[in-house]
Amino acid sequence: MYMFKYILKRLGLMMMTFGIIIIMCFVLIKLLPIVIDVQFGQDADIIRNQLIARGYYDPIPVQFFNYIRRIVVSGDWGIGVSLAEYRNMPVWDVFVTKLPPTVLINVYSSLIAVPIGIGLGIFAALKKNKWQDHTISTSVMIFISVPSFVYAFLVQYLLCFRLKMFPITMRGGFEYFTWDMFKSMIPSVISLAFGSIAGYARFTRAELTEVLTSEFMLLARTKGLTKGQATTRHALRNAMVPIFPMIIGEFISVLSGSLIIEKIFSVPGVGGLYLAAINSKDYDFFMLLSAFYTFVGLAAGIVIDISYGFIDPRIRMGAK
Amino acid sequence: MDLLTQESEWGRSNMKAKDYKISKEKFVFCSNEGRLHDQKLDTKPMSYLKDAFSRFKRNRASITAAIIIGILILFAIFVPIFSKYTVQYNDTYYRYISPKNKLFAELGIPFWDGTKGKEATAQDFYFYYSMGQETGKNAIVDQEYSIIHKIGLTGREVTYYKYQLDTYQAVGVVLMDLRTEQYQNIQNYQDEKGIQVIYPITIPEQRPTSRQDVNKVGNYWYATEEINGKTSIILDDDGNLIPIYKSYTGTDDYYSALRYEGEGYLYDYSTKNQTGYSVRVNYYEYYIYYHTYVLQDGITEPMFLFGTTNYGADILTSLASGARFSFALAIIVASINLFVGAIYGAIEGYYGGRLDLAMERIVDVLAAVPFMIVISLLKYHLENVPQAVILFIAFFITGWIGMAGRTRMQFYRFKNQEYVLAARTLGANDRRIMFKHIFPNAIGTLITSFVLVIPGMIFSETSLSYLGIINLNTGDMTSVGTLLASAQPYLVSYPHMIFFPAVFISLLMLSFNLFGNGLRDAFNPSLRGTED
Repeated sequence: MYMFKYILKRLGLMMMTFGIIIIMCFVLIKLLPIVIDVQFGQDADIIRNQLIARGYYDPIPVQFFNYIRRIVVSGDWGIGVSLAEYRNMPVWDVFVTKLPPTVLINVYSSLIAVPIGIGLGIFAALKKNKWQDHTISTSVMIFISVPSFVYAFLVQYLLCFRLKMFPITMRGGFEYFTWDMFKSMIPSVISLAFGSIAGYARFTRAELTEVLTSEFMLLARTKGLTKGQATTRHALRNAMVPIFPMIIGEFISVLSGSLIIEKIFSVPGVGGLYLAAINSKDYDFFMLLSAFYTFVGLAAGIVIDISYGFIDPRIRMGAK
Repeated sequence: MDLLTQESEWGRSNMKAKDYKISKEKFVFCSNEGRLHDQKLDTKPMSYLKDAFSRFKRNRASITAAIIIGILILFAIFVPIFSKYTVQYNDTYYRYISPKNKLFAELGIPFWDGTKGKEATAQDFYFYYSMGQETGKNAIVDQEYSIIHKIGLTGREVTYYKYQLDTYQAVGVVLMDLRTEQYQNIQNYQDEKGIQVIYPITIPEQRPTSRQDVNKVGNYWYATEEINGKTSIILDDDGNLIPIYKSYTGTDDYYSALRYEGEGYLYDYSTKNQTGYSVRVNYYEYYIYYHTYVLQDGITEPMFLFGTTNYGADILTSLASGARFSFALAIIVASINLFVGAIYGAIEGYYGGRLDLAMERIVDVLAAVPFMIVISLLKYHLENVPQAVILFIAFFITGWIGMAGRTRMQFYRFKNQEYVLAARTLGANDRRIMFKHIFPNAIGTLITSFVLVIPGMIFSETSLSYLGIINLNTGDMTSVGTLLASAQPYLVSYPHMIFFPAVFISLLMLSFNLFGNGLRDAFNPSLRGTED
């Protein structure tokens, strides 16, 4: 019951924060002067009347109410205005077509990063202060610090250009599950994975070394377990308590992806759309994507917190 | 007093007490007058910071990192001051020039000497090879090459030429329009130095006309013909190039003693046009002339340590200027954030209760706003404000939250401790307790996070300017991100453009992280003595 109440409370708070951010964004956007973008052969008055008909000159609270109503009633997030490629297209539809590449790349990278990262972390912890540990820890430090776009450049230069193993940029088109498409995704997947592998390895190593020195490990050994048994049955399970929520959080935030990696490898994903929307001042796209990124961030935070309670029965959520 | 010292001496000796024979005279009554005092401690008191520093010193990685940071900061401060180039400098002929350092160039090491290895078709090869034949300034290092046969895509054997191309000489000879006095000055310079800058003019009608050679037309001093839109060389019966120099008419106003000897011929060195003269100049020598005699800006020869960009700007100077801005931005913003965050967190943590709850909600909302939203909204609203200022504001809006959180945590930990209670009992007011008694406990974490947010901020700044959301490229300013972004399309053909900025940013992030981690361990008193 504690748990249920706690989750409800957290969800309520999250929705409140989300609402405030959306309102702030909306108001700040609507406070901007309305640009009438007249193209060759168009009449400024017609465009102004169009905008009036679309409610651009209504008072802001009325506009907000209508905006929310349209979203709730018909899932209508607005229409692209200034992004040339998507002019007069419903922003939601465009957004949905942009999701798969972003999600796929991030899912693939997590699928690589989680086992390798955790594996390296465990290995380093078991070989603590030996050369294996030092090698892993040093490389982890390097890989965590060096920005992801530097790997991306390296991957692009070495693997794609020099060794010609993969195409330099991602393929276009919508067949996401063909071999060619997968192959063209690999460079971006690798570039994303480097950082996360290092992150997981460092975190796992830190957690596991701490658990390995705790008293119950001594007890486990004294009652006759071998080192391997004690490590897998006692140490790993305890070390996983903070690691597992991290993995879950990662799988939520795969939705948001990385703007830079998407740009370098020309991934036709959400990040590119967001950038284009920002640069061309397409406010409906901007609102939708801002809401999306905010929501993903908030949701990941909540899921991580709540998953602690499910994974570790000792943690009682919201208990006083 | 006496007695006390003696006692401590006994304590130190290894002899057992019973071995001592103490004569009776030594037993005297301790005086009841006067008072016994503790001895003053001989050891020096160890302050928290000193303790932390001594622990920090033992961490070799962090010390190295600190030194690297120092070097990078010096690089950012001094290179723009002492560099002969500026950020605005650009030379349209010397674009994509390879990095060159004088030492390697003179030793002939084929690395970092302004050359790059090439494997090209006969056409490309002869273009560069002929340059050296005309001027003696070899675009192909020592005119050395080797021939490789490869099976091409169509299955036919293709001949490739392998050679080291000197990118500084590869510009070769360019056609340039000079005013009368410039033309005369160069001739005077030629006579004075004995260096040939101007080469015989070619006959305009015989220059190649294909579109891809529009900018290289000055280099064709020999006869060519156009086959399928490509320029192809015409050789004479002996297999030599046929010069297309304009034969001597004496109307070229060329009086310099340096003349190019044809076989018994003299050539014209310029053709007159409306504004002056059209002349063929060797760009390498012209560059030296132009910078030492005309501009007198201290540049004695073209030499770009980190190469040049696609605009012909010097990467070394641009990178250092960008780095300078990044450092300044990060350090200023981090200081402001530290200040605001510390006060906010102190108030939250100290007063707690409802005030804390209310203030935490503000923090919650602000922390949940993605940085991209903040920066784009600011950009929309402050269109006339320089983008650097927008960056400052954006980093400030989101940056102080972390500092506030850390301070708040420390205040929660310490505000109910006995010594705080004691201070309050003694009548210290809130402000005194907050900043004199509790705040020093937060200094360690705050310094650590101060150091650790700097690379984060520089990374964000680089990313934003890389993505083009923030454009810092205004005249005398540039940023590392802009350099990276402008270099990315040339990653394959000119990797040096991306190499130096990327190495810089990686080194910076790595050393700041190492340094920050070292500080964190140093400020953690629970690690005292663990490294011994």
